[in-house]
Formats: sequence, C-alpha cells, structure tokens
Amino acid sequence: MGSDVDTSIGSPGKGSLGLLASRFALPVAWLLLIVVFTFLQPDLFPTARNFQSVLSERSILLILTLGMLFGLAAGEYDLSIAATMGLSFVIVGWLNVQNDWPIEPTIVLALAAALLVGVVNAVVIVVLDVPSLVATLGMGSVLAGLALGINNLIVSPVAPLLVNLARMKIGGLQMVFFVALALTIATWYVFSYTPLGRYIYFVGAGRNVARLTGIRVDAIRAGTLITGSLIAGLGGVLLAGRNGSVDPNIAPALLLPAFAGAFLGSTAINPGRFNPWGTFIAVYFLATGINGLQLLKITGWVEQVFFGAALVIGVVFSRLARRALERGGS
Amino acid sequence: MAEVPVVDARGFSKTFSGRKVLTDVDLAVSSGEIHALVGPNGSGKSTFIKILAGYHPPDPGATLAVRGHPVALPLSAATASHIGLSFVHQDLGLFEGGTVLENLLVGQYRTRFGWRVPWRSERARARGVLGEYGLEVDPDAPLATLTDVQRALLAIVRALIHLPASESALLVLDEPTARLPHDSAAEFFGRVRAIADRGHAVLFVSHRLDEVVTLANRVTVLRDGRIVARHRATDFTVRGLVTEMLGFEMEQLYPDQNHGYGEVVASIKELSGGVVRRFDADCHRGEILGLTGLIGMGHDAVPYLVFGAEPAHSGTIEIAGTTIRLTSITPRRAMSLGMGLLPGNRSRDSAVGEATARENLTLATLQRYAIGGRLRRGMERKDAQAQMARFEVAPVDPEAIMATFSGGNQQKTLLAKWLARRPQLLILDEPWHGVDVGAKRQIMRLLSEAASDGMTIVISSVEAADLAEVCHRVLVMRRGEVATALAGSDLTSARISEQVQLDTDTRTSVGGSGGRASQ
Repeated sequence: MGSDVDTSIGSPGKGSLGLLASRFALPVAWLLLIVVFTFLQPDLFPTARNFQSVLSERSILLILTLGMLFGLAAGEYDLSIAATMGLSFVIVGWLNVQNDWPIEPTIVLALAAALLVGVVNAVVIVVLDVPSLVATLGMGSVLAGLALGINNLIVSPVAPLLVNLARMKIGGLQMVFFVALALTIATWYVFSYTPLGRYIYFVGAGRNVARLTGIRVDAIRAGTLITGSLIAGLGGVLLAGRNGSVDPNIAPALLLPAFAGAFLGSTAINPGRFNPWGTFIAVYFLATGINGLQLLKITGWVEQVFFGAALVIGVVFSRLARRALERGGS
Repeated sequence: MAEVPVVDARGFSKTFSGRKVLTDVDLAVSSGEIHALVGPNGSGKSTFIKILAGYHPPDPGATLAVRGHPVALPLSAATASHIGLSFVHQDLGLFEGGTVLENLLVGQYRTRFGWRVPWRSERARARGVLGEYGLEVDPDAPLATLTDVQRALLAIVRALIHLPASESALLVLDEPTARLPHDSAAEFFGRVRAIADRGHAVLFVSHRLDEVVTLANRVTVLRDGRIVARHRATDFTVRGLVTEMLGFEMEQLYPDQNHGYGEVVASIKELSGGVVRRFDADCHRGEILGLTGLIGMGHDAVPYLVFGAEPAHSGTIEIAGTTIRLTSITPRRAMSLGMGLLPGNRSRDSAVGEATARENLTLATLQRYAIGGRLRRGMERKDAQAQMARFEVAPVDPEAIMATFSGGNQQKTLLAKWLARRPQLLILDEPWHGVDVGAKRQIMRLLSEAASDGMTIVISSVEAADLAEVCHRVLVMRRGEVATALAGSDLTSARISEQVQLDTDTRTSVGGSGGRASQ
C-alpha cells in the first residue's frame, strides 16, 4: 500500500479487493449522498450556489482538522486545538474591533498567541511527560475561559481588509476554501513526500522503533503540536474575516466535528492512517449530509448527531481497516 | 494413548487474498501426547494454530472434534478456551502496564472471587506458582521490568494454570522456547511432559529441532501449507526433518567461520547499568563477538546500554576516533558514530507491523531517497525490492504489510535495514529468535559476509550452538560481569553451555543441560 493518492491508485496488485473497497468507500458514499439529495431536493440542493456555500462554509473546519492531523499522526491528541482557534479568533475581535488596532499587528498577535499555546502544550506533554489527552483537556478549558474573559460578546465589524480577503471569490468560492485546499495539498506533500512525514508516521505507529532508529521522537512530537496550534490560529484569523464578526462561542464547538473528520478521514484513501485527502473528503462528506438534511428542514439537533455518529463510526472503521491490513497475509 | 484424540482437526485449509497458505491439513493430538508441528517460516503452522484459536476462520470443508464431540467452525476465542484449548503465542499477549500478578490472574480472579480480589492470598498463591515453574520474580514487579525471557515464562505459566484440571485439554505452544536457554527449555519441557502425563495433549511449534527430537512423541512436518511427513515415536532425526522441511538436502547447516579479524574498532570500558555491573570489551574489525549467559546475567542488557536505548550508569565507548560517555549516549548519537542495533523484541522495538516492508526497511536510510527535500518513492521502492530479493525475503513485495510476513522474513527485512547503513559496529539481540532453520542460515551467512567485508558484529544470544558456529569469540556473563572469554578450540557449544551453567548452583530449580541431539 502506498501512502498517497496517485501511487496507490496506479499500482497494480496492491492489496485485495476489500482494501480497494475500503479505500474508496467514503468518496463513493459522498457521491451517493449527493445523488440522494439531488433526487429529494432537485430545486435547492444541486445548485452551484449551494455547493459553493457548503465548500466555503466548512473550509474553516477543514483547516482546524488538518491542524489536528499533525498531532494525531504522531500519536498525540490535542483537545485544546478548537479553543486555540477560539483564542486567536477572539483576539482579532478584541484588538481590531474593540481597541481599534490596525489589522496587521492584530493578526500577528493572534498567531503569536496560538504559537505560545502550542509551545506550552509541547513543554507540558513532551518535557514534563504528561499524557496529551489530559494536558490538552485542561489547556482547552483554560483557553475557552480566557477567551470569554477577554470578550464574551459578539463584536463587529472586523477590518474590511481581512473580511474582503477571506471572502474574495474565485469561481464562486471564497478565498478561505482555497486556503484550506492549499493546506490540504501542503500537508499531503509533507506526509507523503518528505522523510519528515514518514518519521511523523513512525513516531505515531511505533514510537520505540522510531527512537531506536535515531529519529528525534520528542522534537517531532513537539513540532506537530506546535504546527497544529499555529494552523488553528490561522483558522481563527480566517474565521474572523469570513464571518466579519467575532462570536466567542463558535470555535470551541468545532472540536468534536474536527475529531470526526480526522478519524473518518483515516478510513479512506489510505485506510488506517491519518491522511489529508481522506480528511478533506470526510469533512465535506459530513458537510454535505448536514446541508442536505437542513434543506429537508431537519435542523438543530441533526448536526450533533451526525458529527457524533461519524466520530464513533470513523474510529470503528479505521480500527477494522488496520486489523484487516495486518491479517491480510499468512 | 487413548483411542479418541483430544483434538481431531480434519481438512483445515486457508486462503488469503486468493493465495492458499494451508491445504487440507489433518492433525490429531491424543491425551498424553506431545505433538510437534514443524516447518519453515510461512509453511502454515501459525495459520493452523490461529484457526484453532478462533483468530482466522478456516475455508469451508474443515471439521473439528474435541474429545470425540464435533465442534462448529469457525471457533470463537471464547469457545476455544471453554472447550479446553489453551494457547501461548509467540507474541505472548501480556499486558504491558500491569504487574506480574495482574498478568498471571487476568481473566481468572473476576469470575472466581466475585467483585473483590483478595490480593494478599492471590499474591501468595502466585509466588508459589511462579516458583514452581522456576520464575523467580516478585509478583508485584511491573511487567516492564521483566526480561523477554521472563515474559515468555510468565505467559507459559499463565496458560498452564488456566488449563482445566478435570478434563483432557490441549495446550498449544507456539514457539514458547524461542528465547529460553537450552537448559531452562529442558526444565520447562519437563513441566510440559508432566502435564501430558496427567492426560492432557500438547501441540508445540518450535524451530529448535533438537528439542523436537528429544521431546515429541509425534512430529508433523508442514511445507508450503501441506503436510509432507508424519513421524511417531523416535523414527526421526534433526537432519531428516530439515530435509523434509526444506524439500532438499542441506549440505551444511552453517557457514564456515574461519576468517581472521583486524584492529580494534570499538572499545567499551567500565560499562554498568541495570543488571550489568561491569562490562569491558574490545571489538575488532571483521569480528563476530558473541555475548551469552543466563537470563538476567547481563548479556541481554549490554546491547541496549551501548546503543543508548537504555540509560547506563557508567562507562565509555571509543569508536571512530572519539570517546563517548555511555551515560549520555542516545540511539541517534550512536548511529552517527557508526553503530546499529537490531533489537530482540521485534514487535515492540524493531518492526512496525502495520507499515509496509519498504517503510520498515528504509527507515534508517530514508535521507538517501530525499533529493531536493522530496522523497523519491520510485527509487525507494526499487531499492527496497532489490534488498528484499538479495536477502531472499519472500514474497519480494515491498508494498506488503510487515505483519503479513513470517517472523524469519520480517527479521531478514530488518537486518537489511541496518546493513544498508553499513555500520562499523552492528549489535544484534537474539537475531534468530522465532526464525526457522533456513532463514537462520541465511542470516548467519549475511552476518558472516558483512564481517568479512570489515564490519564488526556483536550478537547477544542464549543459543550456545549458534554462537559457537558463527562467532569468533564469545563472552560469557555471570552476575553482570564477563566471567569467561571463549575462542579458538574452546569455542564449542558444550563449552559455552558449561560456562553458562557454572553459575546455576546459586539459582534454584534450573535443571541440568537438556539432551541435545547431534546435528
């Protein structure tokens, strides 16, 4: 099995029919979903406008999920990543909207805050040896509280420069979508086409093996956590631009959807591994499902149910995929 | 022997992704019988056992009877255990985070004692049981502090105490002695013999054909998934079994080891740490140096201390013109100084089972394929394929998942990983653990070739015969120190065993040397 799209599709005789099926089950399910909603809502669903809106709207979630992917690939959970995004988001509102800072230093400070969170997480987890699940659970609560302390109101308007940039449209799609797409491609390149990506995978899949092969395990663990935080910070800034306002309650709610996207994504394209294209498909598969149901006037509760179920199913299937791989021979 | 076998398996076949790995295997084990199942890696032994354990469903057409009663296939793991099939697998299945006692009692105390575990009495009972099987460890010791050999023993003890006392049961041992010294293997098989004499049936898979010859009442030989020979009582010899397993006569079991060696390449001084109290050694260019001893006497700890995998208390190594303190050496630093380590615990320290063979093989040399920051995967794949072909890994498929290869093929792949770096000093811990005679011979040949090319090789192992064959010099460790160095005409399997044994009077319940058949 290759570890990226093109070689794995193109190489003959790699794996069984079952593996091929699991590789493309999610993309096929996505297409089926589109067909079903097209049939049920022929007027509202299959319009360019609707697709453009879904792709743009969920691109912030995709960015957050990609940030989370780095830590997950190296075997570290970052439960504070949504709150990190929330912190950067709120800082934009606080400095730019409430205190009339120019937007450029505001962005720098928002990103610096995210970076600082990543560094603190890395020190606690890697240097002080606290399990990442516990360390970032606490950090997430600290950050969510801090964000509310800084500003617990919805504030607007965010500087037009940032708003116009984030909402700039190319082919009907907002700039944020292209940022998410570029980030997907960059992550894919790192994961599949650099030694670093391979090392990250081995640190996650066999930490002892990595250590005994001279890989700088701790540096990679710290690096993935910090990278994830920075990407979350970028997501927070873009969210402020895309929304034009800052609502401190939005970001923390994206934690579970991001996990759902990452785990569901690990069942596709390269089953059993956290991979950016699987993540891309998973996030938009979920977005399409929710969008279709909303158009059918099934709203409110459906998002929570959908993301929650996707997380559990994603974890189940990624385990099954891994087991199938290991049992695939004699 | 009883007329009705304890286990009677008929027509066991298994196909993986269109490839038939087991064809129509019939096998019956009777009460009081020790039945050996032998065959090269990939011959289908593990698959057969995994079907019995309920891990793989068999292809349609298989039947199974236990004590004369038909049993529905596929089995579930729970059914297998319920009808008296007990297993000790190569990977042992121990709980890393637990203590010895917790591992010993897993699955037992809950049903037996209701909600409360009477730890005090359990601890006393555990101490008794462990002592009975010659495992002198504190029941409260964390599993992580046990050596690999102690772990193997613990898994075996656990399987033994789980056998029902009343009915005839089947104890399946899948390479249980792979890491035991011959003398404790003999001791262990004494226990197994006693269990068989009580009316149980024992099926064991072992690569140690001398044990098979000494112990088994019956032998079934598998090759390419088919039964090629069945023997009863004592109508078999090591040489005959090897020929049957390989399908051709092997002129010479081990390569000749008579080339000389050169100047000192690495000099280890005053190393201590863990069970090692003091270790000094000079390793020469082109030399294969063996380290051996009883469990916990230090030879098995030295490789990890030298490579920086475990913290040393004191010591230095002089290599490549520099002297490094072993208290601060890391694997990364050791590698940059031209060292390599092939660890003994394959699944924990050496291979990532869910990654591909290619990814495992190239991990230590990955930078070679990164040109301009970009990984040239075509190049990497071609290289991995060439290495696998050269090391006779089967199948030669770099994209196959590591866990789907047999133990011997995994080990050859991992040896290729380290040899590709062309280290000055390659250290190996139990390199032929769980490896069949064919693969063992290849590994020995590859190591000999590497040494002839000027590499320095250190092998830590409890296999006296293998060390005598492949090494130029063997250091026997006792109580954390080098007690004897054997070389030249002194370097024989018997001399090594004797030197290892000199310490046994201070240890309880380790019996005399096992009956070793000539090779």
